[in-house]
Amino acid sequence: MHPRNVGEIENPDGIGEVGNPVCGDMMTFYIKVKDNRLDDVKFQTFGCGAAIAVSSIASEMARGKTLEEAKKITSRSVAAELEGLPTNKLHCSNLGAQALNKAIQDYLNKKKKGGGKK
Amino acid sequence: MEGKTIRKVYIDNAATTPILPDVREVMVPYLGESFGNPSCLHDWGDIAREGMGVARDQIAQLIGADAKEIIFTSSGTESNNLAIKGLAMAQQSKGKHVVVSEIEHFSVLHSARTLEKLGFELSLVPVDKYGVVDPEDVRRNIRKDTVLVSVMYANGEVGTIEPIKEIAKVTKERGVIFHTDAVASAGIIPVDVKELGADALSLAGNQFYGPKGVGALWVRRGVRIMPLLDGGIQEGGRRAGTENIPAIVGLGKAAESAAANMTARIEHLTHLRDRLLTELPAKIDHVVVTGHPRNRLPGNASFCVEFIEGEAMLMLLNSQGVAVTSGSACTSRALKASHVLIAIGIQHALAQGSLLFSFGMENTSEDIDYVLEVLPPIVNRLRQMSPLYSKFAKASKGGK
Repeated sequence: MHPRNVGEIENPDGIGEVGNPVCGDMMTFYIKVKDNRLDDVKFQTFGCGAAIAVSSIASEMARGKTLEEAKKITSRSVAAELEGLPTNKLHCSNLGAQALNKAIQDYLNKKKKGGGKK
Repeated sequence: MEGKTIRKVYIDNAATTPILPDVREVMVPYLGESFGNPSCLHDWGDIAREGMGVARDQIAQLIGADAKEIIFTSSGTESNNLAIKGLAMAQQSKGKHVVVSEIEHFSVLHSARTLEKLGFELSLVPVDKYGVVDPEDVRRNIRKDTVLVSVMYANGEVGTIEPIKEIAKVTKERGVIFHTDAVASAGIIPVDVKELGADALSLAGNQFYGPKGVGALWVRRGVRIMPLLDGGIQEGGRRAGTENIPAIVGLGKAAESAAANMTARIEHLTHLRDRLLTELPAKIDHVVVTGHPRNRLPGNASFCVEFIEGEAMLMLLNSQGVAVTSGSACTSRALKASHVLIAIGIQHALAQGSLLFSFGMENTSEDIDYVLEVLPPIVNRLRQMSPLYSKFAKASKGGK
C-alpha cells in the first residue's frame, strides 16, 4: 500500500470533506488551482484499504487536469481506474469522487463570492 | 530492531484454531477404511458408531455432562440456532417471550430475531462498559410468559466472562430455561454443567484445536427441544442427518486433549495476553483496552486504536505476516461496526479502530515482540493519513 498525495495543503483553494466516522469512512480532499488546472491535490482518509486506495487514485486522476475534466471524475471512473472493487467496497469509490468534487465546488463557490484565493 | 524478515504470526484463534496433529491422526481412518455410516447394522456401521460413541463420551467429560445429553451439530452456529429456536418453540404453549443479552453472537441474536418474526417477543439485556451482564437485569426482563433466557458464557470479541452461575440462579427461581453459548469458552476454560445451573450449552470444535464444521449442543435431560433438522432419528431424534464422523471423532479427541492440558494452556495464553494488554498501550498512545480487565478469556486481547480504521490495520499487518481481526464496519460484510463494541459504550469512530488478538498454543513471546515491532509504524502511517488525527493534533497544539 503506497498511496500518493497524502497530506494537507496549507491555504488550499478548495476543501472537500465527506463521510463520517460512524460509517467508518471519512475523506478530506485539498486542492490548489492554477490557471484553471488542479495544480496540487492532497487528501486525508480515515477508512479501510479500499478507501485509502480510492482517495489515492482519485487524487492521481485529478492532478493536472482542468476543473472541467476533474469534475467529470465519477465513482465509476475511479472504480474503473482501480480495475474494479468488491461490491461491498463500491461505496468507498463514491466517497472519493464526492470529496474531490466537493473540493472543486468549494473553490468555485469561493471564486464566485468574489476574489478567489491564490 | 529485529531485521526485515517477515515472520508468519497467527493471532486469530477466535476465528479458528489450527488442528492438533493428534486430532488429525485420529480422524484419518474415518476418511479411509472406517468410512461406514453409524446408522447401519453391519460391521462398517459398528466401527463408525463406536468412534462416535467415544467422541460423545469425550465431549461429555469435558463439560461434566452425561453422554446422552450431547447432540452433535455442524458448528457453534447450528448449536445456537437449535438451542434458541428449538428450546423456545418446544415451550411455546407456556409463553412466547425470550430474553438474550445485547452482546450475543449473531447466531443467537439473529435466531432470536427469527423467533420474533414467528410471533415471539424479544427482550435484550444491556451490558456494562466491560460487557458484563448483571443477573438483576436478567431478572428484571423475565416476565410470566418468558420461556428462554440465553447469555453467553464468555464473549469472544472483548473476552469478558459472564456470571453464568448467578444468572442461572435467577432463571431457576423463575422457572425459565437457560441456554449459554460457550463456543468461546468450552475447551479453553473450565466448564462444568453440573455446577453451572444452565439447561443447555453450545460449543464448537474449531475453538480448541479440533476440526471446523462440527460442534455440539448439551441439553439437560428432561428439557424438551424441537429439532431444526427433520429426517431420520440420529442424535436421539433431535438432529437428523448422517453424521460427519471424521469431524466428530476429531472433536472428541480435541476435547480429550483440552481437558488434559487445560491448566497448562490457560497459563501459556494468559502470559501472552497479559504481555500484550500491558505493553501495547505503553508503546502506542490513544489505545483503549476493551472488555473486563481481569475476568476475560485467557487468550483474548482486544483494543481500539484511535483515529484510524481496523481493516486498513489488518491489511498492513497481514503484509507483515501478522493475522488478527477487527470489529470495524469495513471488516464486517454488513458494513456495520461491532454490535458488541457499541453495546459496551464505545463511540462509533473509536469502534472503527478495533483490533482483536486471540492467542493460541502456537504463539510465543517472540510473537509479542514482533507485533510490538511492526504495529507502531503501521499505526503511525495510518494516523499520518487520517483527518481525525490531524484535527486532534491541531487541537492539542492549540492550532497551527
